[in-house]
Amino acid sequence: MTSIYDLPPQEKAKLAVRDLNFYYGGFHALKNINLSLPEKKVTAFIGPSGCGKSTLLRALNRMFELYPEQRAEGQILLDGTNILDKKLDVSLIRAKIGMVFQKPTPFPMSIYDNIAFGVKLFETLSRDAMDERVEWALRKAALWNEVKDKLQQSGSGLSGGQQQRLCIARGIAIKPEVLLLDEPCSALDPISTGKIEELIGELKHDYTVVIVTHNMQQAARCSDYTAYMYLGDLIEFGPTREVFTKPKKKDTEDYITGRFG
Amino acid sequence: MSDKHLSTQYDAELSAISNQVLQMGGLAESQVARAVEALTQLKADLAEDVLLQEARVNQMEMDIDSELSAIIARRQPTARDLRLLVAIAKMIANLERVGDEAARVARTTKNLIESGISTRLPIHDLAHEAELAIAQLRKALDSFARLDVARALEVLKHDDEIDQEFEGLMRKLITFMMEDPRTISSSIDLIFVAKAIERVGDHAKNLAEVTIYVVKGADVRHQGREDLDKAVE
Repeated sequence: MTSIYDLPPQEKAKLAVRDLNFYYGGFHALKNINLSLPEKKVTAFIGPSGCGKSTLLRALNRMFELYPEQRAEGQILLDGTNILDKKLDVSLIRAKIGMVFQKPTPFPMSIYDNIAFGVKLFETLSRDAMDERVEWALRKAALWNEVKDKLQQSGSGLSGGQQQRLCIARGIAIKPEVLLLDEPCSALDPISTGKIEELIGELKHDYTVVIVTHNMQQAARCSDYTAYMYLGDLIEFGPTREVFTKPKKKDTEDYITGRFG
Repeated sequence: MSDKHLSTQYDAELSAISNQVLQMGGLAESQVARAVEALTQLKADLAEDVLLQEARVNQMEMDIDSELSAIIARRQPTARDLRLLVAIAKMIANLERVGDEAARVARTTKNLIESGISTRLPIHDLAHEAELAIAQLRKALDSFARLDVARALEVLKHDDEIDQEFEGLMRKLITFMMEDPRTISSSIDLIFVAKAIERVGDHAKNLAEVTIYVVKGADVRHQGREDLDKAVE
């Protein structure tokens, strides 16, 4: 089973999912998933609602542990270390694997503090160093020019697209290695979406990016690899240009061509 | 594989554009057949009509092209739908060229009739070459209509026959020119006709290649004959 989901030899796996099963109470939501996510590349998870793509994304930084009835079995290896190991501190894992959610979630504080808040949890920086970090993160998230004169204003005063970029800035400010994006553009207009997609293309130079999206064209535009999931199974995984021009599985083809009913 | 999209309108658009391509193919094929008939029967009227009809082939190419852009813009096709539309763009360019070759044959025919062609020249050998080319074209269009890879492969494997026929004709016409220099002008015209017909065969081959691309996603251009079967497995 594993072999067809393997990466091409030139790619290094940053995250490797091995025999992962996931349960919401009695419901078996992910079935024996095996998948390797390539380092410094964008991988998109696509599939119809309920296929398990967000569940898989949330498993990648143990977000599910917030809910006692949810459990994962198997392994998720970050550079070879199993992050599902209960002995590992979950906050350290999340410092390495950041996440941005579907709806922008700025904290009710200033733009500056939105970024500095997470950094303070993990590092003690001087005022200057923190200023630099905030600017660095906002520049990386392509937001600096729009907010540099109002850093002390509330983050919730920004537009939806700016808020989402603020959340991405917050996510990368702690210098994670992996960035998980859960439908980051579903609440945004096409221009903001375009900016986020442009940003994703920039971010992959430094980070391993995983994006869940309902928008297939978005997956086609901004990912290097695509995984198609259905009813908790990983149906196909491969380079995006192949998945979208010549998928190996009939189920994948039916879904991406709109023959899924 | 389910053949129906969630959008029935999308299905209708794809099916309509495929039908338009087949109609254009039918017209291009009949243009070649009529141009060759004009030559072998020395019918100047028929040659003239082929030239008049060429505008229809050109117009069909432009109409299909415009429809193609509209579908791509509206539907953002993927996978086999994308391959179909990419293939159609290539097919209509090839079919337009087939129309050009037919017009070339018709134009030369008119000149030959006006300047008086020697009946000793091997015009009927040209008819045989044309039969092979038209059969290849028909088979290629048929393979597209049925998305039939086996039939498309047959077209690719039989392309050499037209080439051989063309070489034979060349040798024959050169012999005529050497034996009787008065036939040089007509013989050169016939060489151009033979070349035009040979090109029709090449376009048929291109159509067969894109049909294989639509069905299998495999690019079989520039492949040796021995590798063809492996490429479409």
